Amino acid sequence: MQSDSTPATPPALELSRVVKSFGAVVALRSGSLRLERGSIHALVGENGAGKSTLVKIVAGLYRRDAGTFLLDGEPVDFHSTAESKAAGIAVIYQEPTLFPDLSVTENIFMGRQPVGRLGRIDRRAMREEAVAIFDRLGVRLDPDRLTDGLSIADQQLIEIAKAISLDARVLVMDEPTAALSGVEVERLFAVARSLRDEGRALVFISHRFDEVFDLCDTVTVMRDGAYIDTLPVAETTIDDMVRMMVGRDVTEMFPKLPAEIGPDVLEVDGLTQPGVFHDVSFTVRAGEIVGLAGLVGAGRSEVARAIFGVDPYESGSVRVSGAALPPGDPRASMARGLALVPEDRRRQGLVLDQTVARNVTLAIRGRLARHGLIWGRIENEAARTWASRLEVKTAALDAETGTLSGGNQQKVVLGKWLASDPKVLIVDEPTRGIDVGTKAEVHRLLSQLAQRGLAVLMISSELPEVLGMADRVLVMREGRLTGELDRADATPEAVMYAATADQEVSR
Amino acid sequence: MTTATARTEQVARTYVTHARPLWRRTLVTREAAIIALLAVVVAVSVATVPNFDSPLTVTFLLREIAPILLIALPMTLIIVTEEIDLSVASVVGLASVVTGLCVQAGWPFPAAMALAVAVGSVAGMINGALVTFVGLPSLAVTIGTLALFRGIAVGLLGTTAITDFPETWTDLARTNVPGTPVPGIMIVFALLAVVFAVLLHFTPFGRSLYAIGLNKEAAAFSGIDVGMTKFWLFVMSGTVAGFAGVYFTLLYNNARGDNATGMELQIIAAVLLGGVSIFGGRGALHGVIAGVLLICTLGSALRLAGVTSDIINVITGVLLIGSVVSASLLTWLHRKRVAAVGRGRAGVVEAPAGPS
Repeated sequence: MQSDSTPATPPALELSRVVKSFGAVVALRSGSLRLERGSIHALVGENGAGKSTLVKIVAGLYRRDAGTFLLDGEPVDFHSTAESKAAGIAVIYQEPTLFPDLSVTENIFMGRQPVGRLGRIDRRAMREEAVAIFDRLGVRLDPDRLTDGLSIADQQLIEIAKAISLDARVLVMDEPTAALSGVEVERLFAVARSLRDEGRALVFISHRFDEVFDLCDTVTVMRDGAYIDTLPVAETTIDDMVRMMVGRDVTEMFPKLPAEIGPDVLEVDGLTQPGVFHDVSFTVRAGEIVGLAGLVGAGRSEVARAIFGVDPYESGSVRVSGAALPPGDPRASMARGLALVPEDRRRQGLVLDQTVARNVTLAIRGRLARHGLIWGRIENEAARTWASRLEVKTAALDAETGTLSGGNQQKVVLGKWLASDPKVLIVDEPTRGIDVGTKAEVHRLLSQLAQRGLAVLMISSELPEVLGMADRVLVMREGRLTGELDRADATPEAVMYAATADQEVSR
Repeated sequence: MTTATARTEQVARTYVTHARPLWRRTLVTREAAIIALLAVVVAVSVATVPNFDSPLTVTFLLREIAPILLIALPMTLIIVTEEIDLSVASVVGLASVVTGLCVQAGWPFPAAMALAVAVGSVAGMINGALVTFVGLPSLAVTIGTLALFRGIAVGLLGTTAITDFPETWTDLARTNVPGTPVPGIMIVFALLAVVFAVLLHFTPFGRSLYAIGLNKEAAAFSGIDVGMTKFWLFVMSGTVAGFAGVYFTLLYNNARGDNATGMELQIIAAVLLGGVSIFGGRGALHGVIAGVLLICTLGSALRLAGVTSDIINVITGVLLIGSVVSASLLTWLHRKRVAAVGRGRAGVVEAPAGPS
């Protein structure tokens, strides 16, 4: 597929056999991507497959070590993001970085404001162009308001508007939907389609297959830093894609094992924090996995944090094995056998700058101490046990946790809490942002833990995960429990109804 | 167990404990660099500065720096948690005045000393309470209490000085370890240094300090009481500063409101020079001790060599900036390397600073 048989119009962007390594670590062994105009191209692969490295090479953030990089058939070699931008490439990240104290318009034209006479910024021209772009995209966004307080979805639209004002021909969107709600995703997709129809080339990175099938026409699969295959989306299935991504059949995505259900272990009664959650009551039994579903912002994580004691609550009670937990005291909760794997592993779950060993032992440091003293060997022993049980991929126990991939970081957090030998494990979005293979491992692990009598409360925004794993599903909406469904009754429709419907389902 | 055997297709993983060999982990560190620099300064001074190695010089040097060494211990713990205590020198002054007034009022010396140390603890509690329960930044709080405690100290005694202390006690403060030029206060320091080193490096409490310094939220989610931990650190700091104030008074036979003015900056400079990050979470106590010795030895040697004090200030200032810059530079390089590798491996990364 080299330039001898150049078609009438060369692809908008073509990378072939691109290599990039950092010291001894090869991040990209052989990356290839062929992007046609007027197409939305999905780039999929597990975490660590090399997608982000490839994108960063396209964006001019990294320089490739070897391989060819053609833009409109011409070889290019970017030394900086500015060069890549000037060549018509725009990259939109999951979380845009805008100036919060400037207006929407000013953000779009930051650094290249149209200049009128005497070198003054031509605000009117700037505003008119901003309005024209938003009209073209078919979105309503006040060009004069401050960016501060805009949703991530709106901020992404500003980035897209910026790209259009630069007349970018190639748009790369790196997991743009991760933080968006359903409506916002639809709006983003509408914008993406209109850009495609204008003849631009789009790259869409996502872990969500339904979105890939919904939006994209072509898909490129990567695995272990190498190109695997490029296919029209219409000619492939989720199973095919997963197989290509993991290089093996993932037959059991959600291997729920049968477990013996025991007595109530976690009892939450009438938990209330005004404005956050109201009168939340439920129980979790030994050996049971209870899913807690609901829309983002329904107050699920807040309830979990209040149960654990990191957040306060005004009234209600929490009991573990019959013993009441004092509110607002995580240490007491831990002593009674409660563990919380929090939502945001990078900020709440881990000390990223510390070693794997220190992170695994942080919650059990008091228990590990002998005569009040603790030292490296004790920590390393414990860390080694849990790292190998969870098959954490790390070079050494003293590697900084921040250098691990997302899935392995999540395993470290799980190890940290399993090491505390809990009776109740609360996991908040346990598989967010981790790859398919690791996801299945986490599911299998949770299932095995339940089988051994652990009570598991699993908060998840992924419906298939909740339905696949949970013995019982609780649904929250706007701070209240609005549904409780047995495994047999828990259909996607029933859960979504309870999560969104206006009238309250009586408990 | 079952978890490990569940995936039979994978070979059980083994983990090396350390990525780098022992010599690199111990020798290629900031602490080792400071200790080496200290050794060089001592060697050069002994060889070139007349009388530098005389027993009298050693005695006077160690006596003079004892308060700095003492207070640097709790200060290290505070800075590791990403806080700071700027009020320590004012506490020294306040404790000194309290000692003087009590002795003047005819109290037995041990009672005066106990009260002075207690005043230090209370001063620490005030700092700690403002930081922990009111939630103010320690920089602002301790700038305030720096002025407040100093103001009280000067207010209590005016511009006078109390210079009449029981001789047995002033002599005790100036005795040496028999047969050596090492002052007796160094025994107290050595004991305290062991206590603090064990506390910081070999207890669960010490582990929590580093976690707090690097990520307060994750620390709280791991069951660490961030607020109370900080509170007790400020109490420790105040208590040690109070004790240092008593020693200071005895050493110079002098209680004045302006005793030890500006010492907080010497202490913090030495702690930072010793490799403790001002951003928290990094540093070790042996580096700090070497840092204090380095600054003080260098100053003393230069003074003996006839260098004026303003030049000495310039030199220590340059040294400190150099060390902080080199630390930031090394961290930056390390981060860059690690981040590059990390990004290479991780599929999901945070968006880098906007390419705009």
